[in-house]
Amino acid sequence: MSILVNKDTRLVVQGITGREGLFHTTQMVAYGTKVVAGVTPGKGGQWVLDDKIPVFDTVKKAVETTGANTSVIFVPARFAADAIFEAADAGVELIVCITEGIPVQDMMRVRAYLDQKGSRLVGPNCPGLLTPGEAKVGIIPGSIAIPGNVGVVSRSGTLTYEVLYAMKQLGIGATTTVGIGGDPVNGTSFLDTLKMFEEDPQTEKVVLIGEIGGTDEQKAAQYIADHMTKPVVGFIAGQTAPPGKRMGHAGAIVEGGEGTAAEKVEALEAAGVKVAKHPEEIAHILKSL
Amino acid sequence: MKLHEYQSKQIFAKYGVPIPKGRVAATAAEAREIAAELGGRVVVKAQVLVGGRGKAGGIKLANSPEEAEAQATAILSMKLKGLPVRKVLVDEAAHIATEIYLGITNDRAARKPVMMASAEGGVEIEEVARKTPEKIIKTHIDPLLGLRGYQTRDLALGIDLPKEHWKAFSKVCFGLWEAYQKSDATLAEINPLVVTEEGQVLAVDGKMIVDDNALFRHPEIAEMRDLDVEAPEEIEARKYGLSYIKLEGDIGCMVNGAGLAMTTMDVIKLYGGEPANFLDIGGGANAEKVAAAFRIILSEPNVKAVLINIFGGITRGDEVAKGILAAMEEVKPEVPMVARIVGTNAEEGRRLLANADMITADTLVEAAQKAVAAAKGGAQ
Ligand SMILES: Nc1ncnc2c1ncn2[C@@H]1O[C@H](COP(=O)(O)OP(=O)(O)OP(=O)(O)O)[C@@H](O)[C@H]1O
Ligand SMILES: [Mg+2]
Repeated sequence: MSILVNKDTRLVVQGITGREGLFHTTQMVAYGTKVVAGVTPGKGGQWVLDDKIPVFDTVKKAVETTGANTSVIFVPARFAADAIFEAADAGVELIVCITEGIPVQDMMRVRAYLDQKGSRLVGPNCPGLLTPGEAKVGIIPGSIAIPGNVGVVSRSGTLTYEVLYAMKQLGIGATTTVGIGGDPVNGTSFLDTLKMFEEDPQTEKVVLIGEIGGTDEQKAAQYIADHMTKPVVGFIAGQTAPPGKRMGHAGAIVEGGEGTAAEKVEALEAAGVKVAKHPEEIAHILKSL
Repeated sequence: MKLHEYQSKQIFAKYGVPIPKGRVAATAAEAREIAAELGGRVVVKAQVLVGGRGKAGGIKLANSPEEAEAQATAILSMKLKGLPVRKVLVDEAAHIATEIYLGITNDRAARKPVMMASAEGGVEIEEVARKTPEKIIKTHIDPLLGLRGYQTRDLALGIDLPKEHWKAFSKVCFGLWEAYQKSDATLAEINPLVVTEEGQVLAVDGKMIVDDNALFRHPEIAEMRDLDVEAPEEIEARKYGLSYIKLEGDIGCMVNGAGLAMTTMDVIKLYGGEPANFLDIGGGANAEKVAAAFRIILSEPNVKAVLINIFGGITRGDEVAKGILAAMEEVKPEVPMVARIVGTNAEEGRRLLANADMITADTLVEAAQKAVAAAKGGAQ
């Protein structure tokens, strides 16, 4: 078992003919993900990847023709909100948006709309999802993780790779890795993901990789304290980040004294989470559990 | 991106918010002219992107054009919290009866904009929030519905605004909401919004922060950027698509990915060092980008060692190494360099770098320890 993506995922790639879209589609297919369609407005009727994947003009057409149930978005920031609306309107259940740099007011409208439609969004500004051995939806390098019993959820990209890689070195594998993204307004929170991991029978331990900014980690800590039966190992990036500065991610900023690494570590530790001092230590703590 | 008071108020006025008559001046002579045109008492206001200008002496009343000129001369030669004053706003002085606070910002946790009002206008809202949070009245705005009239009445009632001003107050609320929404602001604030003795509702101060990610659709706002508030290296970094923030320490960092870049800084600190910067080179690591990153990091004379931490992932480690070597060829750094490359073909990458006299490391902890030792002069 796993969460969100697996062998039955039927993926449509929005922005499939772009440089990023095509490159990562190749990688996803090589990993074994079932990529059933692509969408690029104006390029419907073409085929990509040795004529194996049909391209459609709209998500609706792609879904009708191929039965896609998940979408991954590689379109530029200025068109990305539209791409999410389109996927939700076409009834796609899970929408994974990789794009970085979407205006935050666009994301607030997207969230309000998705809450009505019932589609789930993961991201934006995220590396996507990886269920080792089954499916890769996004850009997480497949080679750095092995199947196992640890659920991983993170706001970051390469930092997550670092953790997966350290786990693999010790022979520890993952059920699913969920990159929820580094934007201030996103689709799926730590809390949402923890609930799914708690319910997933194969996930036995969970890793939560947070960073400065916002209060998502604190809400997760509350849930862990009240409801979670599985052990959680945590890490928070940005101990040394100066206040008031945006640290690369749009959401990684300490504002008005809120969202510091220290308060997040404290909240997690109070909830019984073992918080690692550096990423490699996460793997060692997992080993000892 | 922060906007100046005069820029923010011009945007507010465009959407129907009443503001005092006035104009911005770059010289004292201009300030005098504007004061003469306006006639009567004026306020001369420093246009700098810091808070608390009034308290710092950057806002002065003037009773005549001569006085306005003298005040402008003084203010234009000031530095407020380290920033030079290049312009002053000369506004008609209002006859203030009461000062209110009105603002809109993004409530991250609620994932919605929130409009806030307080009868405690003119003082820093953060201070009100700390000391008397019950005096801030809030209403969340549905991003699909927009601000509704009843919400402005909730606010007016909440701050005990006399009923005769509700209509004017509501108009200001809608103007501010439109300015916020149409400009992709993350903050739009009027502090104070005043009720004058004549019964007018007027925005005498204005502040806006616009979402950097939305500037592509607001070229006229993008042009308003004030480069004084940014370190020159940060401006240079932006040109190359690098995300750079200067810090106080002596170990330069070059990392791919924001989360990993923050973590690299943290691990340096954990092992007794101090990071000199945050730098995310983003995906890939072509020679041109890496060279720009090196130049920016090394332009800081404090830097005594550089730590390069690249998690290759899909980018191959040997390609990253070649990019680094080409960039070193160009920049010729004189401080010790510690490199850690992980991912596909990482061993080959490490071998290439070791041959070029770089210190290499397998793990982040090892890299941090070596960089700290190198910065302290005990390299290798
Ligand atoms: N046009 C004006 N007429 C009358 N009084 C004014 C006018 N502009 C400002 N003032 C007075 O000066 C005070 C401070 O001005 P303002 O709010 O513009 O700057 P500030 O809040 O000190 O600076 P900052 O916005 O940088 O924190 C106001 O609260 C108001 O009492
Ligand atoms: Mg003010």
